[in-house]
Amino acid sequence: MRVKKIMLAAVLATLPVTGMAAGAAIGLLEAKSDLRDKASLQRGAKLFVNFCVSCHSASLMRYNRIGQDLGLSDEQVGKNLMFAADSVVDKMTVAMRSDNATQWFGVAPPDLSVIARARGADWLYSYLVTFYKDDDPARPFGVNNVVFDDVGMPHVLWSRQGIQEYVKGERPENVEFDELHALEASGEDLLLLRQLVLSDGSHVEAVDRLKVTQAGAMEPGQFRKATRDLVNFLVYLGEPAQLVRYKLGIWVLVFLAVLFALSYGLYKEYWKDVH
Amino acid sequence: MKALLTGLLEWTDTRFPLSKLWNEHLAKYYAPKNFNFWYFFGSLAILVLVLQIITGIWLTMHYKPSAEYAFASVEYIMREVPWGWAIRYMHSTGASFFFIVVYLHMFRGIMYGSYKYPRELIWILGMMIYAALMAEAFFGYLLPWGQMSFWGAQVIVSLFGAVPWVGEGLAQWIRGDYVVSDATLNRFFSFHVVAVPLVLLGLVAAHIMALHEVGSNNPDGVEIKKNKNAESVPQDGIPFHPYYTVKDIMGAVAFLFVFALVMFFAPDFFGWFLESSNFVPADPLKTPEHIVPVWYFTPYYAILRAIPDKLTGVLAMGVAVMIFFFLPWLDRHPVKSIRYRSTLYKLALGVFAVTFVILGYLGTQPPTPGSAELGLRLGELYFLWFLTLWIYSEDRPASYYGRWFVTLLVLMLVADFIRFDPGKLGLMLLSALLPIGYFLLFYLGPVFRPGLNASKAVPERVT
Repeated sequence: MRVKKIMLAAVLATLPVTGMAAGAAIGLLEAKSDLRDKASLQRGAKLFVNFCVSCHSASLMRYNRIGQDLGLSDEQVGKNLMFAADSVVDKMTVAMRSDNATQWFGVAPPDLSVIARARGADWLYSYLVTFYKDDDPARPFGVNNVVFDDVGMPHVLWSRQGIQEYVKGERPENVEFDELHALEASGEDLLLLRQLVLSDGSHVEAVDRLKVTQAGAMEPGQFRKATRDLVNFLVYLGEPAQLVRYKLGIWVLVFLAVLFALSYGLYKEYWKDVH
Repeated sequence: MKALLTGLLEWTDTRFPLSKLWNEHLAKYYAPKNFNFWYFFGSLAILVLVLQIITGIWLTMHYKPSAEYAFASVEYIMREVPWGWAIRYMHSTGASFFFIVVYLHMFRGIMYGSYKYPRELIWILGMMIYAALMAEAFFGYLLPWGQMSFWGAQVIVSLFGAVPWVGEGLAQWIRGDYVVSDATLNRFFSFHVVAVPLVLLGLVAAHIMALHEVGSNNPDGVEIKKNKNAESVPQDGIPFHPYYTVKDIMGAVAFLFVFALVMFFAPDFFGWFLESSNFVPADPLKTPEHIVPVWYFTPYYAILRAIPDKLTGVLAMGVAVMIFFFLPWLDRHPVKSIRYRSTLYKLALGVFAVTFVILGYLGTQPPTPGSAELGLRLGELYFLWFLTLWIYSEDRPASYYGRWFVTLLVLMLVADFIRFDPGKLGLMLLSALLPIGYFLLFYLGPVFRPGLNASKAVPERVT
């Protein structure tokens, strides 16, 4: 008996508990997306059609489906969301030709239909808020990004966020190894926590920051909130079924729980004469 | 009405063995009364098979097997086909649950010695089902045509390239192209929806027929047919129907509860059932940084990766799967059930289970020198278990264990000498503790503590 328990404990102890996260394991900013917040989804949709759909398609999604899911009539969709389509049943395609796009950006902008499932909400949020000014002449649009180094995309939301500058924190002289390990929002600024290994082998931390030096139309906090709306919308866009999946799931579980009680009773009734 | 139905049954019975089949397989099929939790997984495997076939039929109505449309057609199912998302998630969750159920079913067979006389053929048919299931899962995983579908298939098919002389030609023949392409997708679709399911259904039927011919084993490993009453009904047996039908219905409902929990609340199961990189359409020009198969293949994948030489790795991986076929002849110990086998046997099986799980985990992680070394050592432990099974089949003299202890130690040193890398000396020495500890415990243990390897008396009747 004891051996059995030890065996079981050993098996349980080795069960991998962590899932496989996409990409390198750095602590990202939390998008805290909430699909029940319809207003946030609507604001996100508005940002999406204004800033994203000019270059990116979401070709697996139709405009009217967004309207149905977010509580907008076809007229509202036509007036507020459709700048790149003729009919409300059209898919969210883009007019730009992909060979032109490749010429302009170095790479064709990816379709965004399931981008939230490929990248994850936290990554998208961290990506969208960490563009910073980079004067390196090799950077075509004068910006770079903290979580996607040397990205081809310009900082599309700069008019809202303003321009952020990368302010390097203090660090010792003898740094051998310098790596980003977490992002954190602190007041107006974004902190980039970096892990350093010094030449004597000791580990220390340094804090760099992204600071808005040229204001945009929004305060930094406001901008982060707007970006979270956009990411919230992208999460919805990645899997519209989420809106019904959770709600339906509860009822399925309730049904199965009742059915289990009944089937357990049936089993007990039949088995009472088995000794 | 009743007379009409009875008449209909008689009419049928003179033309088709309906009542006979019903009785032989359900109403008068006597199963041991002491089945425990582990005995749910056989009927659950049938449940999942039916679920996969039915959801598969509906998915096939909307899916397009072409490199150009496959990815979009899956998303079309997820968005525009009424209830398409539910059917697709049932199918994708079902694939992983199929393997969970089958692995537990196999582990049950190993624990209670269900592969031993007279059930060797049931085991072999079961192993053929497992092999067919692996093929089915592999072909099916290409169909969504995401990055992981594409590159996973690319990696696995290229393994055939390791075959000497004909390898490259063989891999190309399987793909139907120089790389995985539209041609590959079409043939994999054909295998996935027609060829392999046909084979699976036939094998499942044969598996059950063989089982019902010899009767089920049970957690005590006692043959219930040895104790029959005057009507030649096993005294420890109960009719499958209604007793086990009602019990299995209860098990099925509990299973569906867990299934629904995953399907509705975490269908990608944190990247384990649906990988995030598979939401990027297949791109033959962009190799992902880190190609991983789905979790159910990763123990074998870890063994493949741990061995530096490609051909040896492929062979080791193949043998790691195929060796299960020989279990009935590797383990010839007269005691079937783990309940009455020795402490050391229990420990060895426990170590094997843990090894399999850790290998599975390592197979999902990007390789580092440390994890590659650990993978290699665990691969050694994996194969050692089969040897230990064979050696533990009989009572052996102390000198016999001593000879094996020395032989294994020498073999390990030779293998380490061949792959010796001065840069990894420390790592190799440290990890060598694993096999050395194994040799000490399982090959010197029986010498110094014979009681640890003594079986217990098996009862006459089930408990």
